[in-house]
Amino acid sequence: MASEKDLNLEATELRLGLPGTSDESAKNQMSATPRSNKRALPEESMSSNATASKNCDQETTPHTKAQVVGWPPIRSYRKNNLQPKKSEAEPSGIYVKVSMDGAPYLRKIDLKVFKGYTELLKALEDMFKFKAGEYSEREGYNGSEFVPTYEDKYGDWMLVGDVPWEMFTNSCKKLRIMKGSEARGLGCVV
Amino acid sequence: MFWGSRKTINMNYFPDEVLEHVFDFIRSHKDRNSVSLVCKSWYKIEKYSRQKVFLGNCYSIGPERLIARFPGLKSLTLKGKPHFADFNLVPDDWGGFLYPWIKAMAKSRIGLEELKLKRMVVSDKSLELLSKSFPNFKSLVLVSCEGFTTDGLAAIASNCRFLKELDLQENEVEDHRGHWLSCFPESCTSLASLNFACLKGEINLASLERLVARSPNLKSLRLNRAVPFDTLQRLLIRAPQLVDLGTGSYVHDPSSEAYNKFKAAIQSCKSIRSLSGFLEVAPCCMSAIYPICENLTFLNLSYAAGLQSNELTKLIQHCKRLQRLWILDCIGDKGLGVVASTCNELQELRVFPSDPFDAGNAAVTEEGLVLVSEGCPKLNSLLYFCQQMTNAALITVAKNCTNFIRFRLCILNPIKPDPVTNQPLDEGFGAIVRSCKGLKRLSLSGLLTDQVFYYIGMYAKKLEMLSVAFAGESDKGMLYVLNGCKKLRKLEIRDCPFGDAALLEGMGKYETMRSLWMSTCEVTLGACKMLAKKMPNLNVEIINETEQTDSNLDDSQKVDKMYLYRTLVGHREDAPEFVWLL
Repeated sequence: MASEKDLNLEATELRLGLPGTSDESAKNQMSATPRSNKRALPEESMSSNATASKNCDQETTPHTKAQVVGWPPIRSYRKNNLQPKKSEAEPSGIYVKVSMDGAPYLRKIDLKVFKGYTELLKALEDMFKFKAGEYSEREGYNGSEFVPTYEDKYGDWMLVGDVPWEMFTNSCKKLRIMKGSEARGLGCVV
Repeated sequence: MFWGSRKTINMNYFPDEVLEHVFDFIRSHKDRNSVSLVCKSWYKIEKYSRQKVFLGNCYSIGPERLIARFPGLKSLTLKGKPHFADFNLVPDDWGGFLYPWIKAMAKSRIGLEELKLKRMVVSDKSLELLSKSFPNFKSLVLVSCEGFTTDGLAAIASNCRFLKELDLQENEVEDHRGHWLSCFPESCTSLASLNFACLKGEINLASLERLVARSPNLKSLRLNRAVPFDTLQRLLIRAPQLVDLGTGSYVHDPSSEAYNKFKAAIQSCKSIRSLSGFLEVAPCCMSAIYPICENLTFLNLSYAAGLQSNELTKLIQHCKRLQRLWILDCIGDKGLGVVASTCNELQELRVFPSDPFDAGNAAVTEEGLVLVSEGCPKLNSLLYFCQQMTNAALITVAKNCTNFIRFRLCILNPIKPDPVTNQPLDEGFGAIVRSCKGLKRLSLSGLLTDQVFYYIGMYAKKLEMLSVAFAGESDKGMLYVLNGCKKLRKLEIRDCPFGDAALLEGMGKYETMRSLWMSTCEVTLGACKMLAKKMPNLNVEIINETEQTDSNLDDSQKVDKMYLYRTLVGHREDAPEFVWLL
């Protein structure tokens, strides 16, 4: 685990103090900011190796982008629709929460880094240490204790894999790896 | 009011129709509200003659009560989610649903003609019901809404026989690539305004051309990215009477036939005063637009990421009559200097970041703003995303432009001090509020202490909306504002060290305000509960996304997001499970 110094946390730290100072009182006043929704630091980020290294690059380069949720205050529509001049990877991914029945805390993954369902399922399986089983359109996930499901933007819980990948990434709001016994209504055979 | 104070005249001797006719001249909501308070008969006449209603918070009153209060309702404006929802601070499914309103109005046979919505969740079902329930429906304006697809638009197009206006601004619309535009029947010739710039999908170009051709009243047309240059040129030929044009794609070959035809067509559009779009743009071809530039009063190039600074400045040099300019920061400080020397009538300027996530790259600084303030003394509305700001610059701006009504400054690094003096920006903003006595809306950024709030409370007497982020040092800051800004209606605060003492001491104020938002501050659950208990006319809502249940949190724990607002109808019934209604 890299030490705090190596990760240059101070450079990315948002606090009420002048740049270059490490004022004790400024640190105390910072109680608001640690709870803020900053981007996960590299060692906390998702299991997918691709994403982890991508994050490392972004967090430790000199031009550190302090990515705080909701800052700068620009409408999401504008953020999503303005095509920047440089066409490098956009920093805004499609982050969705992933929960698994029985797991004590949630994870977050960026759907944008996956090219399709196979990659996504592999990443989920690695992250939560389970096997999803074979997917078939008719029967859902066969031969598995756990079933990947997602909530779409209309609040409905759907089986992962039914719709085209693009449609899925556009409408998925969160993922839940359900215990097979609960997923019966989704047409799965456990 | 109109009749002087002669005691012998009793307005009640005038028949109702006369009073009604008089009230017709009273347009502003505030004045009409005052009129209804004068006496019972005025209340009654005003009630039945009121056609336009504005609800800044859709949860302040319920649809049934609104309909009972104003049965003659024809035009309704509703705002749903709190402003910070625009910046992803409010989870999906928070609320702001349109459907109950449509259902209630349809049931009571309200003769709805106009609906304007902001930050609401609009389902296809509600659009369909709307289209079928109000035969005289004329105008639909949706701003920053979501939840609907092009199927809902198809229903509107098919069923609203007298539709004049369909204006979609920055909505997230699921595009089913259907033929919604083709659903406007041939008999529909009433369109005056059509804006579908925010749609992502293809549309039937032939249908569009036919629609425009049969709409002689069409004054405003804003196209989406999928409308190619070729079609644009053909549309202009059919609609030379346009006043407001939003191009779709503006990519073409300058040597092509289409380009020549476009140049000819645009010359005959002598009425265009407002220009936007250029969602995709080939920079070399902006010169075709020059002929109409001298008449433009509004230019919106804030989505034209393909234009570089020199292209922008060349264009702007032709726009001497510009009153409103929305632009990207790639124009640079020098470019803003060109704006300053050319656009002396400028009233509103918005400079957006072209690369919002790279704080090291914003191309405008305090210099550009100072230049604009020197050249454009009529400036009254500002939204400025910049790399840095100095107190000296703000003081200069305050001296040059005393007419600001809206002043929103966003320094991309939110706690950046004055880079020259390393001081907080308290004095700069202080100068703004002291100088601009008519200031109604203010957004702060940069390194700020309690002092800036002292100034705001002291001088910003007309302030109605204040947005604060990463600022202040103690509860005193928030209290200065609550105690000093008598006209405050909306206060939104994020990541500031304001806590329970400030929240509770301001208790009496909140009923005079529309709403208060506090997120990532020092406010505890206990204080919120106490506030909710003491103020029954306020809804105090906590947004809790951590999947903890109520029983796990004790009162001393800080809440992440609190939103409170005054209401006549108590707790809302549509709150999702992550919203706790205290």
